[in-house]
Amino acid sequence: MSTPFHVFDIARTSEMLEPVDFNRRDRLTHVDRCFPAEIVNVIRLTGSEKLFQLRIVDRAERERFRFKAGQFVMVEVPGYGEIPISISSSPSKPDILELCIRRAGVVTGALHRARRGATVGIRGPFGSHFPMASMRGHSVLLIAGGLGLAPLRSAIYDTIDHRSEFADVRILYGTGDPGNLLFDYQYDEWRRIDDIDLQVIVERPDDAWTGPVGMITDLLDRIELDPARTFAIVCGPPVMFRFVCARLSEAGMPMQRMLVSLERRMHCGMGKCCRCNVGSTFTCLDGPVFDFWTVMNLKEAI
Amino acid sequence: MLFRTLPKDGLRVLVEQMIGEVEVIGPTRVADRADGRPIHHFLPVASFDDIDLGYETTEYSAKTYFLPFVESLSTFSFDAEGWRQEIRYELEPRAIVGLHACDVNGLLKLDKVLARDHYPSPYYIARRRNTFVVGIDHEPCDGGFCRSVHADTVTRGCDLFLTDLGDRYFVAIGSDRGYSAMQRVGSSEVSERDSDDYLEVRRHLAAIEQPAIPVHHLPNILDLEFSSELWARWGGRCLSCGTCAMVCPTCYCYGVTERVSMDFARGRKLKRLYSCNLVDFAEVAGGHNFRPDRETRLKYRYYHQHRGFVEEHDEPKCVGCNRCGRACLSGINPVEVIRDLQTEERA
Repeated sequence: MSTPFHVFDIARTSEMLEPVDFNRRDRLTHVDRCFPAEIVNVIRLTGSEKLFQLRIVDRAERERFRFKAGQFVMVEVPGYGEIPISISSSPSKPDILELCIRRAGVVTGALHRARRGATVGIRGPFGSHFPMASMRGHSVLLIAGGLGLAPLRSAIYDTIDHRSEFADVRILYGTGDPGNLLFDYQYDEWRRIDDIDLQVIVERPDDAWTGPVGMITDLLDRIELDPARTFAIVCGPPVMFRFVCARLSEAGMPMQRMLVSLERRMHCGMGKCCRCNVGSTFTCLDGPVFDFWTVMNLKEAI
Repeated sequence: MLFRTLPKDGLRVLVEQMIGEVEVIGPTRVADRADGRPIHHFLPVASFDDIDLGYETTEYSAKTYFLPFVESLSTFSFDAEGWRQEIRYELEPRAIVGLHACDVNGLLKLDKVLARDHYPSPYYIARRRNTFVVGIDHEPCDGGFCRSVHADTVTRGCDLFLTDLGDRYFVAIGSDRGYSAMQRVGSSEVSERDSDDYLEVRRHLAAIEQPAIPVHHLPNILDLEFSSELWARWGGRCLSCGTCAMVCPTCYCYGVTERVSMDFARGRKLKRLYSCNLVDFAEVAGGHNFRPDRETRLKYRYYHQHRGFVEEHDEPKCVGCNRCGRACLSGINPVEVIRDLQTEERA
């Protein structure tokens, strides 16, 4: 009589798709395989943040890699570890991926020491995205505090790349010290674009600072918005988006039109490790982008 | 499902056949406590006699044979050219004999997360599909509450499920390989007397007293009691050791770390099962911890068991085995915590 034991080789299973395409997330194998990506350029932003421009080495993998504003990737530095990083670049230019990374731990420390030409690994893209399609035809308020400009920058580019589909576009950015302002070399470029309003505010000005001083909510006081025709994307620390969203609510904006991005320390990006679980929601699958109504209903989110 | 009956020594033949072909895991009596009660573990066995099918419970679940406590996700090799990543899956066929209903149901819950949800885990599926599972009915264990979470019976999730009818086993066949295993030994068609005896055993098992704790309304109760003092009361006892998650048949959360060999030639990406009660579980870059207090972390554990998992999969994650309650050094056990939740009086 024959044995009931037959090897099941998952790597050869036909219902599993090869090659890896993280956008088809219910049918893939080798979920832990990363795409080798070359560090093309390292751009110094502040004392503790750098912008890394990456290009996926394999041409077929590069052409498959598409993302939407608000999504994140897992960045693998072999031997050091893997970390979740939100994408900072334009979804229209997926060939060069830009990641704004603060030096905070072992993996980011290794990245900050890495030079151009080095190869890291990329898995993804993962997570939800800003609803740019639903936002078309509306005015947009793009609001960031501190490091929140990193994920917001992808939405800024997506808006600029489809500028005629939106009504008023306002970008509000606030930080503590002027020395911590990210992408300060781009403000002039964004301001020069016809009909984009960019305002930057700092809490603790230095002698050279000539712009407005105060909290990000102070900028909101100065603008008029049509709550019925506006979407807002708010990226920053929880305390910041809680105040901003409360202010927007007072102005009459529905909470479902305010999008926020939550930060958690994912270990897998695929709803398995539970490290990013908020109450009962996986930040990596259902987030990181949530509307504010959902966030209000997530216990312990903010 | 197909049913057969198997003489008692037919099971011995079946298991001995398996031992000749693959690694076989079974409940093994490893030691006795001071009061004489035995300690059982699921361990590889060399013969059928090593297996103690009369065991009440095991300290650890059999989860480790599907979700190892430490598992290599991939390896890296480094040289002058750069690095290469290699991934291998576990492909050795294996058999586990003697899982109770709670543990088979635990596997079904893990299947929902790891084999059927978004991004099915190839590591888990490879182990699950290469493991032949034989379950067995038993009288409810002391302190268990499997009936309350509907984990006391098995309708699927294993290859064979045995019910002891005294002089023979009533066998539910759950897969084609289970069927071919039964073909190899002398099994018989189910007679009317077999069915009657089987139903009699079912009635006997259902009549045995067990703590009854209704869990269907816990998703709302948990939200209602989010700020309750009971979390400080129970959480204040928690040692944040993570033992509950280690012994749990359905806890699957993990952390990833990497290691490099001394000569820098190889690196290894290791997945380690974690626990939401460990202090740094929800820590993010820069050191901010979303759950710095042990009561918050303990509450989260109940949230995942009885609210988060229910929202996602329409059933609690808990199978009522009470292994966490038995293993907890501080006496935190789910029956008392959930009863407390339901009777909490607010000032």
